Amino acid sequence: MSVLVFAESQNGQFKKAAFEAVTYANKTAQVLGTDCIAICIGDAADAGQLGKYGASKVLQVNDASLNDFDSQIYTSIIAQAAQANNASVVVMMHSSCGKSLVGRLSARLNAGSAPGVNQLPTNDGSFKVKKNVFSGKAIAEIEISSDIKVVSVMGNSLQPEATGSDVAVEAFSADVPARRVSVKEVNKVQGSVPLPEAELVVSAGRGMKGPENWGIIEELAELLGAATACSRPVADTHWRPHHEHVGQTGVAIRPNLYFAIGISGAIQHLAGVNSSKVIVVINKDPEAPFFKAADYGVCADLFDVVPKLTEAFKKFKNA
Amino acid sequence: MKLLVCVSKTPDTTAKISFSENNTQFNEAGVQFIMNPYDEWYALVRALELKEAQGGTVTLINVGPATNDVTIRKGLAIGADDAVRIDCDPKSSLYVAQQIANYAKDNAYDVIFCGKETIDYNGSEVGGMVAELLDMPFISYASDMQLDGNNATIQRDIEGGKEVVEVATPFVISAAKGLAEQRIASMKGIMMSRKKPINVVAPLEVADLSTVVHYDMPPAKAECKMIDPENMEELVRLLHEEAKII
Ligand SMILES: Cc1cc2nc3c(=O)[nH]c(=O)nc-3n(C[C@H](O)[C@H](O)[C@H](O)COP(=O)(O)OP(=O)(O)OC[C@H]3O[C@@H](n4cnc5c(N)ncnc54)[C@H](O)[C@@H]3O)c2cc1C
Repeated sequence: MSVLVFAESQNGQFKKAAFEAVTYANKTAQVLGTDCIAICIGDAADAGQLGKYGASKVLQVNDASLNDFDSQIYTSIIAQAAQANNASVVVMMHSSCGKSLVGRLSARLNAGSAPGVNQLPTNDGSFKVKKNVFSGKAIAEIEISSDIKVVSVMGNSLQPEATGSDVAVEAFSADVPARRVSVKEVNKVQGSVPLPEAELVVSAGRGMKGPENWGIIEELAELLGAATACSRPVADTHWRPHHEHVGQTGVAIRPNLYFAIGISGAIQHLAGVNSSKVIVVINKDPEAPFFKAADYGVCADLFDVVPKLTEAFKKFKNA
Repeated sequence: MKLLVCVSKTPDTTAKISFSENNTQFNEAGVQFIMNPYDEWYALVRALELKEAQGGTVTLINVGPATNDVTIRKGLAIGADDAVRIDCDPKSSLYVAQQIANYAKDNAYDVIFCGKETIDYNGSEVGGMVAELLDMPFISYASDMQLDGNNATIQRDIEGGKEVVEVATPFVISAAKGLAEQRIASMKGIMMSRKKPINVVAPLEVADLSTVVHYDMPPAKAECKMIDPENMEELVRLLHEEAKII
């Protein structure tokens, strides 16, 4: 028996998502009293570092032609690794890549699945794990009854824990199906933190009055190393790019800290952000519904408050 | 082109969520249902656009009980040609995907569309499962798709950006915002939808491998602490000392 974890890499590099996934898988292995084995696809160097996060063994299909994602190829390789290692649970992140894999793997392995979980499983005779449903309005406990289980983990559900040491990397030889999806280009917004992975998020809404006023938001975000986000009407009117749209019909996030600036807090907006650990709301309307979902509130004009807040953070950083 | 669009029924975005039977069942009483927005706004409309440009048919498929026909009719009113409903009460995504794949396997669809996720269980699994069961490529979170003959160029959302991929039909695609612009059913569409067929098909026998056994509400938030707008140092101090997140 084992817990197999797919450790994602991009351009030959592991990111925080991989370390989160391995940490989750290792803790799951402890719950089940077994070992955690990591599988990597592509030519990422330094796969042995996954041992630090709890992998007792790291398998790698070290082939640069596999660096580009194709859900069919990756599913086939991960399924072969699961079978070769008699895996009882297969873990991955609920990332853009993981979301394309979790369903495929479940169908491939005829395994029950739980996509987007945010807690460790319990195993008192039956395997149960929790996830948010109804866009964060409720929590569901899912019981998986098949021998093999597939689980994808929401980003920022737990912190990576590097308590172990590097392990040796074993080459894994798999039958690789022909590539049917070819990646032509990847356009990433340069220099900024990707929203779904961000621990700190500065988000703004229609209260900003127009795109020309976003300088104060960007300045605060940059100072904090935070990602920027926005409400739906802001993206719809092209004040900000679509990928910043959070909420029920945008990206769902769970950062440690979410600043909501000039956002009313409509139920569809809250649905995407209400799992944030701490919410700070800045709004000039004392009746704004967002205050009900907030931990800290400032009722004032954002054009006065945000520069003052940025100043206060600067002082704090320099202290 | 033969196009299949998977549609599901979800509670309206403003619906109050509650549970019954000791928090083991979703309580449908008083809940307004809609077609899952990603299915309706983006997947269905992009399929209709392709049909308008190149000819073909757009078929809706739903896995669910007869009460779902209202939702299916809405898709027919927006412009789909016909619909299939696999008659059952599904409990897991794999069950749903097995039904869809079983129906689709004999019908040679060029593209199978679904939404990027449903807004109730937020699983984003069905598309990938259908693709795996039919041995097809799967492109998730598509925000643009152009088709030239059998070759598609698709832009998909990834962390902090976009990826552009090429793939040949047949394939499965999951729709995100941007893939198309929402359409509203016209009066004529609504009239015509009444005459369009919903083909009811018996389900394939398959087991449920995962089930929701219990629901909880998220823990209640403590009262919001209001901070003096003239004292942002206090907010920073609280975030540091009390919330311990910076
Ligand atoms: C099916 C459906 C899905 C939806 N999905 C989403 C979604 O995913 N994400 C989303 O965000 N929305 C979504 N919406 C839209 C949502 O209902 C709201 O309309 C939207 O969130 C409002 O955006 P906003 O808060 O930026 O704007 P508004 O509601 O206009 O609020 C602006 C706020 O700014 C405050 N303000 C104005 N000026 C100032 C100032 N100078 N200083 C301080 N505060 C100020 C105002 O008091 C107000 O509270 C959806 C709607 C539907 C029907």
